[in-house]
Amino acid sequence: MLHVVIGGVVTGIGSLFLLVGGLGVFRMPDVYNRLQAGTKCTTLGAFLTIVGVGIMRPEWFWKTLAISLFIVVTNPISNHAIGRASLKKGVALCDRSVADSSGSFKGYEDRS
Amino acid sequence: MSGTMALTVMGVATVGMLLCFVRVVTGPTASDRAVATDTVCTITTAMLVLLAFVFDRYVYLDVALVYAVLMFIGLLAIARYLERGI
Repeated sequence: MLHVVIGGVVTGIGSLFLLVGGLGVFRMPDVYNRLQAGTKCTTLGAFLTIVGVGIMRPEWFWKTLAISLFIVVTNPISNHAIGRASLKKGVALCDRSVADSSGSFKGYEDRS
Repeated sequence: MSGTMALTVMGVATVGMLLCFVRVVTGPTASDRAVATDTVCTITTAMLVLLAFVFDRYVYLDVALVYAVLMFIGLLAIARYLERGI
């Protein structure tokens, strides 16, 4: 019975991370900020949620671990590809940005 | 008991998914919509695993795995399209 409680707590924490990721995508002012919020929060949230289900059902543990490790590996790759595409396409930064280390936009200080 | 907990967790994740759908509709550029779609797909994968737990079906884990693979390939295709066209 203890593994059900531990798995439930891990799954609950993961769902809170998923909620915060969605809130960041809704709230952030810029495509790059949205990318960062969405990627980090949902990667950790999906990992914790899926592994928590594997802890609650111990005979499913290895398969859920495989799914969550696949998400942890591939989600930053795809989001990096989207971010690089939007940088090459020239999607503008938001008005409150103060620095641009990539050198793609004019009028920003280089703090690299 | 654990079934009610899993449904509560799915409800919390659904709120995040609805916020992402608002960004899909109102996003100013195509990149915003792509980012929001990626977030929705990741939350959907986690919810498919929770659905397998609620319905007590081992086969639904395969659905979640295939969904994760197709999400990765589709988002790389979308990024390539945004970068240099078809």
